[in-house]
Parts: sequence; C-alpha cells; structure tokens
Amino acid sequence: MVHMDAAGIDHAALNEWIRQQEGEVLLTGCCGQRFLAAGMDHRSIRVTGIPGNALGAYLNGARVEVMGNAQDAVGDTMNAGEIIIHGDVGDTAGYAMRGGEIYVEGSAGYRAGIHVKAYENKLPVIVIGGRAGSFLGEYQAGGIILVLGLHTDGKPIVSNFPCTGMHGGKLFLRSKCESILFPKQVSARPASREDLAEIEPYLNKYARLFGADAAALLDSPYTVVTPDSANPYRQMYVAY
Amino acid sequence: MGIGFIYPEFEVIRNEARCIGCRICVRECANGVHSFDEKSGRLLIDETKCVNCQRCVSVCPTRSLKIVKSGCVFRENANWDTGTIKEVFLQANTGGVLLSSMGNPKPFPVYWDRILINASQVTNPSIDPLREPMETRVFLGKKPSDLRRDASGRLEYNLEPQLELSMPVMFSAMSYGSISYNAHESLAKAARELGIYYNTGEGGLHEDFYAYGENTIVQVASGRFGVYEGYLNAGAASEIKMGQGAKPGIGGHLPGTKVGADISRTRMIPEGSDAISPAPHHDIYSIEDLRQLVYSLKEATRYRKPVIVKVASVHNIAAIASGVARSGADIIAIDGFRGGTGAAPTRIRDNVGIPIEMALAAVDQRLRDEGIRNQVSLVVSGSIRSSADVVKAIALGADACYIGTAALLALGCHLCRSCQTGRCNWGIATQRPDLVARLDPQEGSRRLVNLLTAWKREIKEMMGGMGINSIEALRGNRLMLRGIGLTEKELEILGLKAAGE
Amino acid sequence: MKLYEGQIRIPSGCAISAVISTGGERMTGKTIIESMKPMHDRSNGLGGGFAGYGIYPEYQDFFALHIFFTDEESRVRCESYLRSTLEIVRSETIPTRTIPEIVDEPLIWRYFVTPLRSVLSSMQVDEREFIARVVMKINTDLSGSYVFSSGKNMGVFKAVGYPEDVGRFYRLEEYEAYCWTAHGRYPTNTPGWWGGAHPFALLDYTIVHNGEISSYDANRRYIEMFGYKCTLQTDTEVIAYIADFLLRKQGLRPEELANVIAAPFWDTIDRKAPEERERLSYLRTVFPSLLITGPFSIILGFEGGLMALNDRLKLRSMVVGEKGDRVYIASEEAAIRVMEPEPDRIWAPAGGEPVIVRVKEGMY
Repeated sequence: MVHMDAAGIDHAALNEWIRQQEGEVLLTGCCGQRFLAAGMDHRSIRVTGIPGNALGAYLNGARVEVMGNAQDAVGDTMNAGEIIIHGDVGDTAGYAMRGGEIYVEGSAGYRAGIHVKAYENKLPVIVIGGRAGSFLGEYQAGGIILVLGLHTDGKPIVSNFPCTGMHGGKLFLRSKCESILFPKQVSARPASREDLAEIEPYLNKYARLFGADAAALLDSPYTVVTPDSANPYRQMYVAY
Repeated sequence: MGIGFIYPEFEVIRNEARCIGCRICVRECANGVHSFDEKSGRLLIDETKCVNCQRCVSVCPTRSLKIVKSGCVFRENANWDTGTIKEVFLQANTGGVLLSSMGNPKPFPVYWDRILINASQVTNPSIDPLREPMETRVFLGKKPSDLRRDASGRLEYNLEPQLELSMPVMFSAMSYGSISYNAHESLAKAARELGIYYNTGEGGLHEDFYAYGENTIVQVASGRFGVYEGYLNAGAASEIKMGQGAKPGIGGHLPGTKVGADISRTRMIPEGSDAISPAPHHDIYSIEDLRQLVYSLKEATRYRKPVIVKVASVHNIAAIASGVARSGADIIAIDGFRGGTGAAPTRIRDNVGIPIEMALAAVDQRLRDEGIRNQVSLVVSGSIRSSADVVKAIALGADACYIGTAALLALGCHLCRSCQTGRCNWGIATQRPDLVARLDPQEGSRRLVNLLTAWKREIKEMMGGMGINSIEALRGNRLMLRGIGLTEKELEILGLKAAGE
Repeated sequence: MKLYEGQIRIPSGCAISAVISTGGERMTGKTIIESMKPMHDRSNGLGGGFAGYGIYPEYQDFFALHIFFTDEESRVRCESYLRSTLEIVRSETIPTRTIPEIVDEPLIWRYFVTPLRSVLSSMQVDEREFIARVVMKINTDLSGSYVFSSGKNMGVFKAVGYPEDVGRFYRLEEYEAYCWTAHGRYPTNTPGWWGGAHPFALLDYTIVHNGEISSYDANRRYIEMFGYKCTLQTDTEVIAYIADFLLRKQGLRPEELANVIAAPFWDTIDRKAPEERERLSYLRTVFPSLLITGPFSIILGFEGGLMALNDRLKLRSMVVGEKGDRVYIASEEAAIRVMEPEPDRIWAPAGGEPVIVRVKEGMY
C-alpha cells in the first residue's frame, strides 16, 4: 500500500497523486480536502482523518474506505464503485447515485439517498447502520436504501418526510415504522421473505465490514417502502 | 359540451375548390384535426384539436388550407380578456396546474426593440465587411488578472481552459427527451460545421453524439441524468443548470411516457419512469455549495474544461452573478424571462423573472464595478431573435448569446407552444418515431448553418458600419447604442444614452 | 453653455510629430514647434501641446506635477491636499509668454514632489502607484484643479490654440529634451478646455494621437475596473491609461502592448510559427477588451524612449525618418523634412507594427 500524508496538501494535488499510483493507496491526516477520488475507477483508497465534502463524487468504480466520519455529499452522482464509512456521514449522502454501493457504519444526516436511480444492470445500494435524518430517499427513482437502526440513541429510525417524491426503487427500514408518516404516493408494508432475500447480501456485507451479527440483523421486522407509480405527477397538470 | 365547453381558438378553413382530396393533411396531423369520413367520402375537420402548428397548411399541395383565429368571442372586456376567461374555465374543469411551452407570449416590453445601433459618419470610417477583414472569433473563459514571466523573461501562458467560437452564438440547452434525436443531430452537426457549440440540456448525451464532443456542452442539472465521468469528459465544457428563464425556481419533469428505450439509455434511467429534476440542486443550498459543485466538475475533468453556471434572470441577478463569478465559474449563462421551454407551469413562465436586457446590463456593470468582469464570460439568452439582438447584447456587455427558439424555428418549429403534448408535427418536440422521421438531420443542420451564416454576415455588416472590425471591440461598447422611448431609470439601468444625446 | 470634455464625448482628428535622440542629446523645443507648421491644416486651433523628456535634470528624482487651476481658491484647496500626502520641494508658476493667439489661460503651476514615506508605507504601494492615485484623486474629486503632467524629469505643455502658438506661449525654446512629442488637435466640437488638449499623460507615459477609435467604450469600461477614471471621455485619455495599465501594472513590454492594442488579425496569428502564434494568441485572448479598433496613429512617450503605432488597418498616416542618432515621426513627411531636410531613411510603418525607439542605456 502506498502512503501519503495529506496534511496541508490541497485536493487537486492529492487527486493527481492518487491517479499516478498503482495499487492500493493510504491517505492519512486528511482534513477537509474535497472531491477525493472524484470520477476515479478501479483503484482502492483508504482515508484517515476527515475527508472533505463530495468524497467520491462521480465515482466510477474505485473503492474508498474512510476510517472515521465523512462530511456532506458522499458519493455525489456516483456511477459505480464502493464507499465504506466507518462512522457517520453528513447530509445528502449518495445524491443522484446511479450505481455502486455506500456502506455507512453509523448514521446519515438529512436527505440521504436523494434522487438515487437505477439503470440497466446498475443498482445503487446505500446501507446506513444507524438512523437517517429527514427527507430520506427524497425523489428516489431506483435502487435500494437500507437503514438498520442500530444505536439510534432512542430516536426514531428516520426523521420526518421520508420518501417524498419517491417514484422508483425500494427503501427498507429495520423497524415496524409504526410512528413514521409516509407520503400518500408510496406504500409501506412489512417486508416479505422475498424482500428480505433481496437485502440479505447487503446485510451480510455490512456485518462483515463492521463486525455485526448478520443473522441477528436479518431476524428482525423490516418495513419496505415502494412507490405506487413511476409517474406520480401525471394528474397534476393541464396542458393547453 | 355544456358548462365545461371552451370554444376552439382556431378555425381550420379548407378551400373546397382547391382541395384534391389527397388526404396528406390527414396523414400529417398527429393531433387528429383532419380525418376522412369513409361513409360520406368527405374530409372532416375537428378544430378542437388544432394547435395551429401550420403543418397541414405547409404540406398541402394545392394551398387549400388556412388557419385563422376563430370568430367566436366573449363580450369584450379589457380586464377579463378571452385568454384569461378560458384559463379559469379550464382550471374549473380539471383542477390542474396550467402547463404550457416555449417562451412568455405576453406583451411585456422587448427592450431590444427600443435600442438603436450606431454607425460611423465622417469622423471615423465605416468598414466594408465583404472586402476588409472582420473578426467574430470569441474565446469564453476566465482571463488571468496578473501576467507572469519565467526566469528568462518569457510570458507564462497561464490561461485557464477556454471555449473558442467562430461567432458569438451557441445553441442553448435542449435535452434529448424534450426534443427529438433528429433535432439533436441537426444541432450537433450544425455546431460542428459552424465552429460553435450545442448543449445537451439535462438529458444526457446519446451514445451516437459522443462523436460531436468537441462541439458539445454537457449539462449537469439537479436530476443529474446521464451524468458520469465519461459524459463530463466527452464535452468541451460542462454547464451547471441552476435555473432556466422560462421557469426560474422550478424544476423539470419529463413524463415517463416520453422516456422510451433510447431516452432511458441516454438519461440512464429505467424506461417509462418519470425523469424529475428537483427545483434546486440538493447539494447546493448556498453560494459556497455552488463552489463545491463547480470544483467537483473541474476535478472530475482534471481542470481541462471550463465550467458554465446557468442561472435565470431574477430580480437580484447582479448580486447572484457576482457571487457565481467568485465561485469558480468560468462562464455565466443568464437566461431571460422570455426564454423557451418544453414545458413550464404557465403562471411561472408568464410572471416570474426579468428581461434579459436589464439583467445583462446590470450584471455586466456590477462585475465591472467589482473589478471581476475579466474573470468570467457572460452568455445571454431568452430571447435572442436576430443578429441585431446579438449585436445589441454584445454591445451591452455579453460575450456571446445562446439561441434556442430561433434554432428550433430554423428546424421547422412554428411556435404553436404545444411541445408538452409530445405530438410535434415537425418532428422536433416529440419522441414518436413517425413524427421524428419528418425532420431530416441533414436538412435540419443545413438550415441551422444557413441561419447562422446569414446572422454572421449581418453582424459583420453592423460592425463594419460602426467602424469596428473585431467583435472584442464591440463587447460592452455601450456608446454604440442609444435607447428610444425609455424612461430615465430604464436608460440608467441599461447604461445607455437616449437617442439624440 | 459650453460643453467641455468629460461632459460629452468629442471625437477629433489631428496632427502628431516627434523627435528623439537615441544618444540622449538634448534638443530645444524650437525644432518640434517648427515641425507642426506644415501640418497647420490638420489642426483647427482648438488644442495643441507638447511633451518633453529630460527637461528637469536638476529635479530628476522628483515627480513634476503640472496643474491647471481655474481660480486661486482651487489652487489653495489643491495645494492643501498635496501637502497632506506629498513633500513639495519646489512650487512655481510655469513661465509663459503673453501672445494674442493664446487667451483665457487658467492658472498654470508646477510642483516637484515626492510621496511622504510614512503615507507610502501605510498604503503598501510603490511611489508610482501612489502618484497615479493622487493624480486620479485630484482629477476626479477636486473640481477646478487638473493635473496634466505627472512624470519625473519630463513635462507636458498644452493649451487651446494652434500647436505652434502653444509652443511659443510656453517658451519651449528654453527647455532641452532628448525626446519631444507634439500634437495639433481638430476636435469636432468647440469646447475650450485646456485639459482636453494633447498630449495626455499619466506618470511618464504620454500619448499623442490622431483618429477616432471605435472601441472607445469597450476599452473605457474595461480599464475603469482597475482604478482609472476616464474623466475626459477622450480617446487619448483611455489609450494613456491602457498604456499605464499594461506597461506599469502588468509589466508588458512596449512591443507586447502593441500586440494587445493593435493585435494582428486571427488569420495572421494562425499563420505564424508555433511559438509566436502562442504568444500572440495568449495576449489577444487575455486582453480582448483592450484591442483598439478604428483609425489611430499614436506616439507613446515614456522615460527613455517612445513607441509609434498605427491601427492594424492603417487608417491613419504616419511616417518615420532617421538621421544619425535621431528618429523622427510625424503624420506627414513634410513635418519630418522641416526637422531634417536630408534624412538617411524615411518610411511608413505597416499597420499594427510598432516602431520602438530607445535612448541608449545611461544616456537619459
């Protein structure tokens, strides 16, 4: 593994250095450098310290692992690859993500998984170990968002207004969601055996990555949310 | 019929004496206005379906058709005009938000038409553009504020990436989805031949058009459709769409019915799924976030491509543009409130935003007041209708113009303002293969090249008349303009003297 | 009511002339005055002026401010401002000769000054920038005072009248300079303000200019971003500021200045060898708003040299002559023949091709 001390180096220089390396890369001492690994493919980057916003923006196949928390807009418009966060993430994680996987050991801020999509064989997956803030899965158009609700500090698994504008994909919450208010155009129901089979590989991976008990995680009540229509706004307009 | 009845706006008149019953009109009208009644053997007309796109009129071999305003009127009322009354009826009928297309049709002042251009007499010579050199080449992008020399005294060429245009006009953003494959191909071909750029809009870049990448501006809007590393690097520049003149503050929505296989591939979303662009970019809630997106694009393109930030002209546009200029944008595109669209809520289209002339004048002056005008190029649009509008825009302070509606007109659009129906008889704003096939990309690109070649000649004529032989010397040269019929305040905002002054 | 420069924009045609000794030999103002006589009809009596370089050797370390005052009150106010920021080592009226051809003269003073060190260091600027700001401040804010010359060991002398009369009025035969430039003005209007005459000067940069440029407002609105105020609305003023901006602030060389303001056509640039093409493209791309279009011939004077330049289409006449260490430049050959009847060489430079003449190092 090639190592670089990121202290005092700007994001453009760091990325340029990463692009020139062969094999796995370790960046230590990051402190706010944005856009790390932006647009990169087939390489593996491990980060310590606190990476800046838009970590892995347009990520195109690379693997990024952060050994602590990450800030806002993790995996913005990500196309492929893997982002693993051993901690919490800020707001808008996975915004407009089209493919690849994001695993967050802890919790996510506002608007996690906003406008995630799916396309052909691309199925974006966001797994959040803790809880999610308001507007989880807003405009969700495809893919899978999975929130496990581990260590929620007694707060609900998701805050207000989840799934507003959702028109595709599936959202799973490891909870009965009795107190959660969903918008009209989605259906929330207890997950079936088939639903659980769909998320099992991601649960296993989460458990493997962060040392959780996969069987115990699977053996819980889940709520699955899907949109009623891929065209929720058709009736709203009158053209003339 | 009954309380919900709204009398049709147009009447389609057939001159029976000329009609030869060929039924071309029946085949050509996707709206179903014309039909052939087998029983009676007669051609029928249902004007309730007519949008006045002039297709049948244009293709009728005997000129036997014409479309006129229908004569059925409400009692005259200067306050409650016919259109307003009909809109109330329509909403009472449906409960729907009114949706329409293309630019604001209301009679707001068009300031271009109240600005006059100068010419040389005696004190300096006009120049004959047919026989003397006349330059329209433009470079868009940041210009460095400080020059540097290396140890040997040679200038360091510290220029950020630029877009080079053969003339100060580009095709504005129109997505594949809002317009057809053949329309896009026409624009791409024409841009390449003209040495300018077309713009993908927010719908991604069709695989066939990567070949035109050098003449393509790839757009990144809030929906991020089709945006990935390869897309960003395929274009000559990327454009962040923050807003659009026809619908400032409003997102976009391509109905799932228009998302067929091809569009689904280009936008990288499933077939039949609505393509929703949220109103804001949800990673931009403040000006410093814009900087983040600008630099994420620069990072993804290795700082080789300029980044354009497109905003709608709204009330506080001067301050906004100044903020954008300080956020790393290389080019700011400002879209005026008369700009076109494939679909916008009518109330927004007709009532939100300000004219581009005012926005341009205010922004150009503000950037100069702050000493940062050279750090960013200005592109204006919405609506630029002729070469004279281009000349006036450049003299007011623009580096270049975007044209959308004018380009569509060249492709056959007759401004019926019904794009949202998806039944464009001219093969432009539709995805129906039979309709799309009506627009031949060769013919389309030839007509676009014709249009801009003519404009370029006219621009040179006007420049020559002013004794200016390079477009750079026209940019921001407001003394070459005079206002007519404008108030003191309007003149002050436009930075113009009155005619005669 | 008369409208003066600054209140309206007045285009004008003109005559220009210059002489420089590359050996640094001093010449009295007599020759340059004579050179303007055959070009009498290129002026209309509404402005004439001269710039002489090397005329104040005893004060060469001080900036020489030449100032017009409309009245005593303005002078007192301006002097009080000067004293607050500058050390004045000498102040006096500029000697003139009373002649019937020159009337309505303002108060004409000169001050040899140097910036107060304390003020300079607190503003973190060099002395030239400081003086430029002082000039801009007086000309913009102190009505009734107008600085028309502000360089070291040089001076501008100008007035309303024909140039040969202006020269006599200022007793230029009593000054000795290694370089003189001259101007006769033909404005299209009838203002009578002395500040509007040429040369226009800032620091040691002086411009005499013939022609009306069509790029004026594009140039003006660009240059005003950098602290300049075009108070006169004349072409000469904006060209002088462009020269100051590019030469002093951006560190361009005179030939590079010419490549910006009279940039070659793109067709020409595209045909150059790669290195030259890159250089010319760079300059033109970085400073598009400083391209000057329309007819002009200018002579830019600066400490130790001058540059003569035609617009790139060569819409104005300009002739250059050489004899020994002297170089002569004028709108018409006749003017050169007056100064030197038998030049070794005489030619008309092509449009956009600068003629740069420098006095040998150490000789000025």
